[in-house]
Amino acid sequence: MKLQSVPADIQDEGPGFPRVLSGIIGVAAVYAWWHVYHFLPTISKWISYTLLSAKPGSHLGASLEFFFYDTPKVMMLLFLVVFGVGIIRSFFTPEKTRAVLSGKSEFAGNILAALLGIVTPFCSCSAVPLFIGFVTAGVPLGVTFSFLISAPMVNEIALGLLYGLLGWKVAAIYLGTGLFIAIAAGWVIGRLHLENHIEDWVREGHFAAAEMEEKKLTWNDRIVYGWDAVKEIIGRVWIYVILGIAVGAGIHGFVPQGVMASIMGKGTWWSVPLSVLIGVPMYSNAAGIIPIVEALLGKGAALGTVLAFMMSVIALSLPEMVILRKVLKPRLIATFIGVVACGILFVGYLFNMII
Amino acid sequence: MEIKVLGSGCAKCAKTADLIQEVINETGSDATLEKVTDMMKIASYGVFGTPSVIIDNEVKCTGKVPKKKEIKAWFAQ
Repeated sequence: MKLQSVPADIQDEGPGFPRVLSGIIGVAAVYAWWHVYHFLPTISKWISYTLLSAKPGSHLGASLEFFFYDTPKVMMLLFLVVFGVGIIRSFFTPEKTRAVLSGKSEFAGNILAALLGIVTPFCSCSAVPLFIGFVTAGVPLGVTFSFLISAPMVNEIALGLLYGLLGWKVAAIYLGTGLFIAIAAGWVIGRLHLENHIEDWVREGHFAAAEMEEKKLTWNDRIVYGWDAVKEIIGRVWIYVILGIAVGAGIHGFVPQGVMASIMGKGTWWSVPLSVLIGVPMYSNAAGIIPIVEALLGKGAALGTVLAFMMSVIALSLPEMVILRKVLKPRLIATFIGVVACGILFVGYLFNMII
Repeated sequence: MEIKVLGSGCAKCAKTADLIQEVINETGSDATLEKVTDMMKIASYGVFGTPSVIIDNEVKCTGKVPKKKEIKAWFAQ
């Protein structure tokens, strides 16, 4: 993909030659992507059994094939999803999201906040200024929490990986239940009326929003934005993807079939809460955890248990709690963790029951 | 010129400060660069996202690492 080399200032020259050229390059890139993607199983078999001469049917062979198939596959899917979501995100800013949410009634506000959490550009390191900006602009506390839960949990990396490794159904279940938890947990927190558990300096301070002129983005700017997202996100997560797939490949090749059924299977009632307990302090991102999840599912772990584990790792992380502690008093933090954990438990049990 | 980079100290904030320092060095500008990490101060600027860049009390950029070209444009003003 040569999109990066399209200079940002050609937009002023109108629909001239460079724009046509970048269009052609774009179409060619999509075409090449599609063909390489469908050729991956052949390539991975060739690398594992011909180039590295592993025995077909051996533990090592199974692990190698898994690794050399999943790594390029996940990378290619991430590339596409991150680029696409990057372009969608260029239409949203935290400022616009706040304007939409301020003064919204609670229930509708929670739904809207959870949905906007997916598409608004957000990084957990700016959770504090964002929290202050929302609360001081009259966005209800519960609605703010719906946003803060949905933004990290339902993200393009998780959805892209789940789609690629486990299929669209699991990706859709994750999207649906993630939104449900964000809406329900935010609503419950709102009902508990914990506004006085926000740190005093936030409630008493006067933080006027800065005046910023809105720059009109052209399609070219949006493509650059999407491309920047690809460079930034893939540059950050590729190592986790490879490590995650390597661990997953080891599980896939060497752990006996069905061994997970007794620990993480449907029959064991304590496996869901245990997964959440293990998941909360674990700090990993979707990129590292989902390949492992795929391998666990293959060995007999139940979907609900695995979903609960994945969600608690991604949605509840200690570093984020430490950051949020600056604006929330301990009781509100504890309530936040408790309510979200309950939501995750519910989802875990629900899926173990119905699937 | 007084430049402030607002951010809790995450990787993006550090990168923003580095880029600005680079431009200061290249242009030989007498601008001062300060990193603001205190949440209360960051909030008082009314910005939502970090890193944010403030030049002479004017918000120039928020929630992303600016491009070097953008930084140079601010210096040229």
